[in-house]
Amino acid sequence: MNLALDIVTITAVSAGAFFFLAGTVGLLRFPDALTRLHALSKADNLGLGLVVLGLLPLAGSLRGGLKLVCIWLLVLLAGATVSQLIARAARHDGQSP
Amino acid sequence: MTIASALEMALVAVVLGVAVWTIAARETFAAVEGFVAYGLLLPLVWVRLDAVDVALTEGAIGGGLSGVLLLGAAARLRPTETLAAAERPGEILRLAAAVLSATVAAALAAGVLFLPDPAPTLAPAAAANAAATGLGNPVTNVLMAFRAMDTMLEKVVLLLALVGAWSLAPDHLWGGHPGPRHQADPRGVLAFLARLLPPVGIVVGIYVFWVGADHPGGAFQGGTILAAMWLLVMMAGLTDAPPIGHRWLRPMLIAGPVVFVVVGLGGLVVGDAFLAYPVAYAKPLILTIEVAMTLTIAVTLGLLMAGAPERSAER
Repeated sequence: MNLALDIVTITAVSAGAFFFLAGTVGLLRFPDALTRLHALSKADNLGLGLVVLGLLPLAGSLRGGLKLVCIWLLVLLAGATVSQLIARAARHDGQSP
Repeated sequence: MTIASALEMALVAVVLGVAVWTIAARETFAAVEGFVAYGLLLPLVWVRLDAVDVALTEGAIGGGLSGVLLLGAAARLRPTETLAAAERPGEILRLAAAVLSATVAAALAAGVLFLPDPAPTLAPAAAANAAATGLGNPVTNVLMAFRAMDTMLEKVVLLLALVGAWSLAPDHLWGGHPGPRHQADPRGVLAFLARLLPPVGIVVGIYVFWVGADHPGGAFQGGTILAAMWLLVMMAGLTDAPPIGHRWLRPMLIAGPVVFVVVGLGGLVVGDAFLAYPVAYAKPLILTIEVAMTLTIAVTLGLLMAGAPERSAER
């Protein structure tokens, strides 16, 4: 049982780290603001989500696990809102540096 | 070398790299961005040092609050930036500044590197007397009981900073609303976030303050989160910053220091010294002070962000 949970943790956190890596590469390589935001939101949503999923078996208690999920939901909310605001500002400027 | 120490070395390298980049950046805005990144990386270092209380404060103040203050300052400086950059100081002045900075850095480094081993510490004494207050978090013990005087004066300094910001107001606007009136689409995403997040943020802020008695957290961290929620609502244009002459504003601004001083004087009467809490009432007294301090910190930081009065109270 413990081995299975460890495998879940390692798999999910590694997958999350991969999404962060991919998001960072996208941020550095993509040509304009909107595509860069697209790359970043994958790191926030899926990357952090997978890391949280992987950490849940280690949370120890139901409360600890719920706190982790809450952190992910708050980051989702903040990330989605800020992406919208940056995208609007970029479109408003009429240029994509 | 273990994986953990390799990660720590990488973290230190990144922190140092961001610090150097922040100093070397030519544009004010870029330097501020570097500083915010630096302020968000530093808490990771504190967590690795098991100083979670410091990490929370550094994240809230160093990364969040100072970042917003500096971003506002950078935005104000933008129109004059090219003009200011053209006025390059002379070689001698720049050399003198470099020498002064290097000397300060070297003195600090020497102070840390030549500490006697083991370094002098009061931690065992603080841990041994922890039971006197009924609080489980040693950091809160030190802040609120053993070194309460420092914490009290810190709140007074915060108030002085706000008075300093307000003193930039022209005479005819004294008592008016601080900063510009923020406008945002009332059906837009920012207004949506400003309606959705504060209920959660207020609960988290009060929780962080409350849990500070026994776990990492406390009045400063909680107050900063509350101030951030207030700022979000103001920036989304859902509410206006109150005029600085508002009747209930001043009592809230001085509540923390005043309750602190009153309890301290009470210690002079009932106990042995200024700020000596009677052991039986130590925890309730500390909590009373912290409630007042959280309120004061939240209002002070919110108003500090809002800035100097720029609009008259009538409008």
